[in-house]
Amino acid sequence: MLALQGDVREHARMVAASGGVPREIRTPTDLEGIDALIIPGGESTTIGRLATLYGLVDPLRGRISDGLPTLGTCAGMIFLSTAVTGGDQPLLGALDMMVERNAFGRQNESFECELAVEGWEDAFPAVFIRAPVVDRTAPDIEVLASHEGRPVLVRKDHVMACAFHPELTGDDRVHRMLIDLVA
Amino acid sequence: MEQGTKAETTGTLRVKRGLAEMLKGGVIMDVVNADQASIAEESGAVAVMALERVPADIRAHGGVARMADPSKIQEIMEAVSIPVMAKARIGHFVEAQVLQSLGVDYIDESEVLTPADNNHHIDKWAFTTPFVCGARNLGEALRRIAEGAAMIRTKGEPGTGNVVEAVTHMRRMNREIAQAAAAGDDQMMALARDMGAPVELLREVAGAGGLPVVNFAAGGIATPSDAAMMMQLGCDGIFVGSGIFKSGDPAVRARAIVEATTFYRDPEIVAKVSRNLGEAMVGIEIDDIPAGQRMQERGW
Repeated sequence: MLALQGDVREHARMVAASGGVPREIRTPTDLEGIDALIIPGGESTTIGRLATLYGLVDPLRGRISDGLPTLGTCAGMIFLSTAVTGGDQPLLGALDMMVERNAFGRQNESFECELAVEGWEDAFPAVFIRAPVVDRTAPDIEVLASHEGRPVLVRKDHVMACAFHPELTGDDRVHRMLIDLVA
Repeated sequence: MEQGTKAETTGTLRVKRGLAEMLKGGVIMDVVNADQASIAEESGAVAVMALERVPADIRAHGGVARMADPSKIQEIMEAVSIPVMAKARIGHFVEAQVLQSLGVDYIDESEVLTPADNNHHIDKWAFTTPFVCGARNLGEALRRIAEGAAMIRTKGEPGTGNVVEAVTHMRRMNREIAQAAAAGDDQMMALARDMGAPVELLREVAGAGGLPVVNFAAGGIATPSDAAMMMQLGCDGIFVGSGIFKSGDPAVRARAIVEATTFYRDPEIVAKVSRNLGEAMVGIEIDDIPAGQRMQERGW
């Protein structure tokens, strides 16, 4: 997990519960020997700034484009995108899409709901906290779930991103998708 | 397949506590106007606390300290994309209603302001907006959580630039959590009585070995080393009040405290960011504060 800021501990719990060994990444050398990457929820401006300052942006881009299975949640989704609506902040550009930050409004509009996901029989308990949504995606990005017609769970090959927080629930289906990519 | 969702529920415990989880490992900075808010955001703050005067000035001015002017809070909300918190007086549920109507992201029921009620803290369950409250020990934290607080911070002694009280409160919290975890079921009620804590919450703490909500450090943090020490003591993140905008070069100090909070276990980085920060805020010795003027003794 990228551990510059955010809810790293919750992801670590999910990874450990799904049979993985969680590791915290703060510097480029921490990237050695990892099999998958999670970019947690947090503040995307803070995470982007620290990643730039500590030389993580290029090594992360390199590892992801070399096929490192990656999941970004909320701030992590923003960081993985190529553009942010009306914003100028460091981004990894691993998913060719434009993301709108705080798309549902402020904290009073944060919500939980049951989310239908492509190919899953049961709905997913989705927690949206000052969440982003995807505004526009390149055609090759697969939309696995939408809320009010806007994509909130997307995937392209080995890179996945969601606007909500699976790590705050007891449901490990999103994390298992990531772990299944580690061949 | 039918895309989309059924009922949306706002203001749930998970959503309220969840926002605080997202702030972990970050720094929340006190700001009094839009310019300061922008400096804080550019420096890597995860949120800002909008207020009329920083605690050091409240201490210097004396008089009754109240919720900030709504226009000031709105100006700050419009200036930044990160969450904005604002302070209501202890027990002043109407100030809290006003802050909720403004749409702030978190309400701090704060001892930095003059208490409005000597007996009752705000019933925080009645709100959609989540609350953070100060605590000096486990019992106080659990009383606030029982009233609906979704985030806890140490009280420390605000506006002093002196970290000693925040350290005292955090160490006491850690000691009492360990004590609860070590206690048998048969001791739980007596322990709850001694701490003044709701027994069900105390059982939860004993089982989990920690608070059910995030706990930040606050009250006297002025340097990168202060922030890193509080993180090593087990805090989840840092509030800096007067420490940044009462210092010589706020932007540089703000960035340094953010980096020290992320790399709190790496003394070389803390050393690097601590160089040439300019003048730190002038501190106050706790014993020099006259009895009755210690903010941490406000509320219960």
